[in-house]
Amino acid sequence: MGLFILRRLGVMLLTALCLTFIVFWLTNLYPNLEKLAKTQGNFRMSDEAVTSYLENRGYLQPMPVKFGQWLGVVPGWITEKKDGTTMGRCFTADTPITERKRFCGVLQGDWGQSTVFKDDVSNIVSTRLGLTGKLMFMVMIVMVPMALLLGVLAGMREGSKTDRSLSTLSIASTATPEYVSGVIFIAVFTSSAFGLKWFKGSATSAMESITFENFTLPVLTISLYGMGYIARMTRASMTEVMTAQYIRTARLKGVSFPNIVLKHALRNALIAPFTVIMLQFPWLLNGVVIVETLFNYKGFGWLLVQAASNNDIELLLSVSVVSVVVVLVTQLISDIGYVYLNPRIRIS
Amino acid sequence: MDALSWGSILIRIATQLTPVWIGLVVIFALSITYKRKLGLYGKLFDSTIGMIGFALVMFWVLVGVMGGPFDMLVTHDPLSQISGMKNKLPGTPMRSAAEGEYAYFLLGGDNLARDVFSRLIKGAWVVVQIAPIATLFAFMVGITLGLPAGYYGGRLDTLLSFLANLILAFPVILLFYLLVTPEIVLTGIPNYMALFLFVFPLVFMAILLNSRLYTRPTVRTPVLVVVLGIMGWLYLSLVSTDGYVVATPSYGIPGLPNALDLFNIDPGILVVFVSVVFVNSPTVYRIVRGLAMDIKTRDYVAAAQTRGEGPWYIMLWEILPNARGPLIVDFCLRIGYTTILLGTLGFFGLGLESESPDWGSTINAGRRLLALYPHAAIAPAMALLTLVLGLNLLADGLREESLRD
Repeated sequence: MGLFILRRLGVMLLTALCLTFIVFWLTNLYPNLEKLAKTQGNFRMSDEAVTSYLENRGYLQPMPVKFGQWLGVVPGWITEKKDGTTMGRCFTADTPITERKRFCGVLQGDWGQSTVFKDDVSNIVSTRLGLTGKLMFMVMIVMVPMALLLGVLAGMREGSKTDRSLSTLSIASTATPEYVSGVIFIAVFTSSAFGLKWFKGSATSAMESITFENFTLPVLTISLYGMGYIARMTRASMTEVMTAQYIRTARLKGVSFPNIVLKHALRNALIAPFTVIMLQFPWLLNGVVIVETLFNYKGFGWLLVQAASNNDIELLLSVSVVSVVVVLVTQLISDIGYVYLNPRIRIS
Repeated sequence: MDALSWGSILIRIATQLTPVWIGLVVIFALSITYKRKLGLYGKLFDSTIGMIGFALVMFWVLVGVMGGPFDMLVTHDPLSQISGMKNKLPGTPMRSAAEGEYAYFLLGGDNLARDVFSRLIKGAWVVVQIAPIATLFAFMVGITLGLPAGYYGGRLDTLLSFLANLILAFPVILLFYLLVTPEIVLTGIPNYMALFLFVFPLVFMAILLNSRLYTRPTVRTPVLVVVLGIMGWLYLSLVSTDGYVVATPSYGIPGLPNALDLFNIDPGILVVFVSVVFVNSPTVYRIVRGLAMDIKTRDYVAAAQTRGEGPWYIMLWEILPNARGPLIVDFCLRIGYTTILLGTLGFFGLGLESESPDWGSTINAGRRLLALYPHAAIAPAMALLTLVLGLNLLADGLREESLRD
């Protein structure tokens, strides 16, 4: 088991490195850099001005060198300008020469500066992650019990009327992407056209204080899309368990049906959905981006959109590192958890 | 003229869609009459859920095809703005309808005073065009790589699975934001990806025919020349625009000259297409790989090995046909997922032009005024919902019917 986790961690690290390099490469392509220079400087820059802007800020070095600097394994760039002042990756103009560091990258704990927000990337990302954490937490609280209940009820008696209607319901929920359900929710529950003004169509105020009014719709919108999938998996695993020998034995012994479901079937039926729930995290990340954009909740997903649309390289890199790590760690947990929950699977 | 009531709006929409109803009735009548002779497709008509799904899907396919290339069904031009119709509610009459012009905006006007109903129908064509073809390409890539990975295993499997997991670990939206921008189009990367991804159907067909016919070279050679010739021509037409395969400001790789080029794809559409194929293929790869690993232990595969059949023959003519059930079901589901992805792209304003009538872009344009005029966003949202729901129900029906025997 220890070796298995160690090997998985190695693959994880390699994957994360590859992915960040891809993001790094795509964001550092020349047209993107040119756009960056023009948005940071001014839009009427001549080509020479763009080149010197980029040259001074170390953007025109070879790709592996830049990536090494970002990682912190290559010394940061230092440019001496024609007027004698120096600029560097690791210091600002007013840092005393003795305190200037040679290396500054992820390994040194320096995630860089955001060009859009003019702030430390680690600051921005941690604030936004906190906000999204609240959203994710609420989504999990709403989604998981509802999905499990739906799945268990449907899978309890395969082929019954309840099963058919609940299964159709879960199919319908997987067919409703967040931007569709969100739009419908906002239109029905907040617009003046339907007149039902129950909730708020914007979750901006939820960043300070969460109320039932401003947080229900975003949470519901994300939960709905993921719910159907988990419910279907639960149903499949429940129907399988219900045909097992030991359930039949329990029935023949005269155990009541609710007791069979709760005491005998449920525990075994919940192994498969556990994996599915863990693997839902990356999917939830997509939902979070859409919902945060739609409801104007300035969390991690909103940050991703801002970083990507402004080509804010270092911010975007951190955002992708965080999301990739989330995806990989959940995959790892789901694998380990599966082995623990299901003793039939042994890893050699 | 007064505005129409909801009842008369529905009646008018239904009359406007008459050709679609006729088409649906004909398809259903024919299919139900001959359902015993139509194999799995015929069995679909034994399950209610499958029939409902199929009806929803065919509805949108017919709407897309009739409304798109044939220009039927639509009441107004989807791009022209008509004064006085900005944000008007469904059923609003036009201020001064000219002779022969449709006098009402059946589903209202959007914030640029365009007819929501006509845009809805034109938007269906965008989806009906891109989603199935992109899914098909993703399947070609996934099958061509997944079969050998599952059959051989070993190093090849490790490498390909690592690459697939790499793409799958990317949040889809981040990938779209990185790939589908005008700046990336300028670098020519989508063209390279198109060159790589679109070659897979050719490779697939070549191996498929060769592994079956290589014992009879007199038949194989002409068949391969004809099939690969046609597909190669289509491939080159697909990847080359204005005589170039890759055209960046600094350099270009020449492709098929304009005289031979059958069609040109708009660079915006191409990048959307490529990224959707790119995102979908690793999942298909994983499914095919899993199926291949399962099926290769069967007796008929061992029999084929003993007969001395080549590995590609076994993969494509023994394993693949036996994996068709789950693959067909997943194909339906995946078209739905592709539709959702296309909508996501439109929702973030990536790739397609902002005036494009596709559903995602329309939802994106309509969501800003959602609190006041929800109709402009709700109409495409419901359309997308019903199409994806139809595809999922269809997949469910197919799964049920294919499990029955």
